Amino acid sequence: MAQFPRYFTIWQKLGLTGVKLTAWLVLLFLMAPILVIIPLSFNAEPYFTFTEGMLAFDPDAYSLKWYQEILAEDKWMLAIKNSFYIGIMATIIATVLGTTAAIGLTRSEMPFQRMIMALLLSPMIVPLIITAAGMFFFYTQLDIAGSYLGVILAHAALGTPFVVITVNAALSGFDYSLVRASLGMGAKPVYTFFKVIMPLIRPGVISGALFAFVTSFDEVIVVLFLAGPEQRTIPRQMFSGLREEINPTILAVATLLVIISGLLLLTMEYLRARSEKMRTG
Amino acid sequence: MSTHDIDDQYVRFINVKKSYDQQSLVVKDFSLDIRKGEFVTLLGPSGSGKTTCLMMLAGFEDVTSGTIQINGKSVQDVAPYHRNIGMVFQHYALFPHMTIAENLAYPLKVRKLPASEVKQKVKDALALVELDAFGGRYPGQLSGGQKQRVALARSLIFEPSIVLMDEPLGALDKNLREHMQYEIKRLHEQLGFTAIYVTHDQTEALTMSDRIAVFNDGVVQQCASPSALYETPANSFVADFIGENNHINGKVESNNGEIAEISLSRGDRVRALDINCPPVGEPCVLAVRPENLFIATAGREYDNVISAEFITRLYVGDSIRYFFKMSDGAELMVKVLNDQDAPIIEPGAPTRLTWATERGLALDKPAGKNPVKAA
Ligand SMILES: Nc1ncnc2c1ncn2[C@@H]1O[C@H](COP(=O)(O)OP(=O)(O)O)[C@@H](O)[C@H]1O
Ligand SMILES: [Mg+2]
Repeated sequence: MAQFPRYFTIWQKLGLTGVKLTAWLVLLFLMAPILVIIPLSFNAEPYFTFTEGMLAFDPDAYSLKWYQEILAEDKWMLAIKNSFYIGIMATIIATVLGTTAAIGLTRSEMPFQRMIMALLLSPMIVPLIITAAGMFFFYTQLDIAGSYLGVILAHAALGTPFVVITVNAALSGFDYSLVRASLGMGAKPVYTFFKVIMPLIRPGVISGALFAFVTSFDEVIVVLFLAGPEQRTIPRQMFSGLREEINPTILAVATLLVIISGLLLLTMEYLRARSEKMRTG
Repeated sequence: MSTHDIDDQYVRFINVKKSYDQQSLVVKDFSLDIRKGEFVTLLGPSGSGKTTCLMMLAGFEDVTSGTIQINGKSVQDVAPYHRNIGMVFQHYALFPHMTIAENLAYPLKVRKLPASEVKQKVKDALALVELDAFGGRYPGQLSGGQKQRVALARSLIFEPSIVLMDEPLGALDKNLREHMQYEIKRLHEQLGFTAIYVTHDQTEALTMSDRIAVFNDGVVQQCASPSALYETPANSFVADFIGENNHINGKVESNNGEIAEISLSRGDRVRALDINCPPVGEPCVLAVRPENLFIATAGREYDNVISAEFITRLYVGDSIRYFFKMSDGAELMVKVLNDQDAPIIEPGAPTRLTWATERGLALDKPAGKNPVKAA
């Protein structure tokens, strides 16, 4: 426990302790579902609850069999493949579109900056179910509903705002005289983009890309509307698994998702710290 | 046109105007011819349009009207990356993600020079600015003065014939600034490029330049050598902006085209050189530099005498500044060398001040701050 300043009254001490306790409880409340899932995924029995053996830390009560189950089942393997394929393709599209949009929007001669920005960010604000329904009708017209292309384009649209935001933030500290310096030294605009602008905003681009990837990786509503059986992703498979199956394979998948998300989060934090360091020289 | 003329007009601004908002002109009718190899400074208060002129020459801003020529050819149709002009930015603009050597190599790699040549030139450039040991460092690891020298070396390494410098020493402290002024002059003499230098620091302009164009309000007030600017300023703005000057209000009584006679508020009549003197009967300004204004010795006769009340003196070190107030409220300053003769005066004592007629300048009254509308 941290020491209280000596001038604290007993009530201030109690108050501060209460605030800290509440903060820890809120954190626990937020983390509990995740924390429960991880040990349960190692359950040796096909139950969703802690067995007596598990509570007694009996090694035999734990097993990796639900993880083996994932590898053995075609529908899970397909879902994993789909999630990565759709996620990566959508991320590439979102990153290219979001980065170029952010660069264009930060140029002083760009008219209607705020309005275009608001439009670009709207997929983040509009309820997802509405976006999904709209996409369903629109993509059906274009005959790309129920195809990989449809899901990829939809996820790219959902991921682009994140890239716009992170690249925009990276550009806010960008010194445009560097671009002028580069042009003045004889470098053409495209060369300048790859040698000067891109290296300096790369942390922003990468963290935007990671956000876009996670968005696609987590997404289930648009997939429910747009994906056919061939395009089932992990969350979609879990969604049906919840009703169709009654074994903890789903918890093993969830644990894998938590680990992947955690790694992505750590990467983002690392990039953020690095870009901060780069900015302060 | 003979080669001689072309060399005299290597860089030409011809009636250049610039407006950012299509309403007000930031640069109004700017014309300037720059000789090949010359060191020209644009000097003016901040916001007077100096940077804008450089940016138009470098190609980063459009010219609203008028022409800019280099070596007899208009540059407006040439992209900035084809103009081959070196530039030093106020905040260095070094690439933070590249080492010093990579920064210096950048313009050479853009020009696809062979690697061995790039290496040699980078080495030479580092030696030129005395930073031999710093090639492997990043800009963030250098001091302000070192960064400035790298920026200078980078602007010169691809051997541009014109180098633009926009307040390159603005962020440095006084000692370093003086050292860098010397370095820049040395490189200019050694390499012979045409330099266009921007500053708002008149001392810097006076010490470095072959010619100075004094800017105000988007207009060149005077373009001349440092000594001409200092000794015969063309108008009261230049007189005030370059060095220190005492301004005494008066009215023109007569003018023989060389010497003007001016009556002051208390009826004193004094004489001064006609520099930019308004017509007879109009109000005018008499400018006398503090070092040309003297405290009169009692009992002696002088050409020009005004009386003023002593306020205080300021000890500067090598000189002493005496401050006086005239009966119309105008303040005057006299600069006296700090030697045995520096007089001691009681505060409030009436004192006579004097100057040699050819050291007083009869000038226009500065215009009131009327915003000038765009044409
Ligand atoms: N990109 C720009 N857009 C609009 N106005 C500008 C821009 N750059 C400069 N100005 C305006 O033009 C005027 C002259 O600026 P500048 O050329 O930078 O002056 P200086 O370099 O002499 O301080 C200023 O009033 C400034 O506000
Ligand atoms: Mg400027």
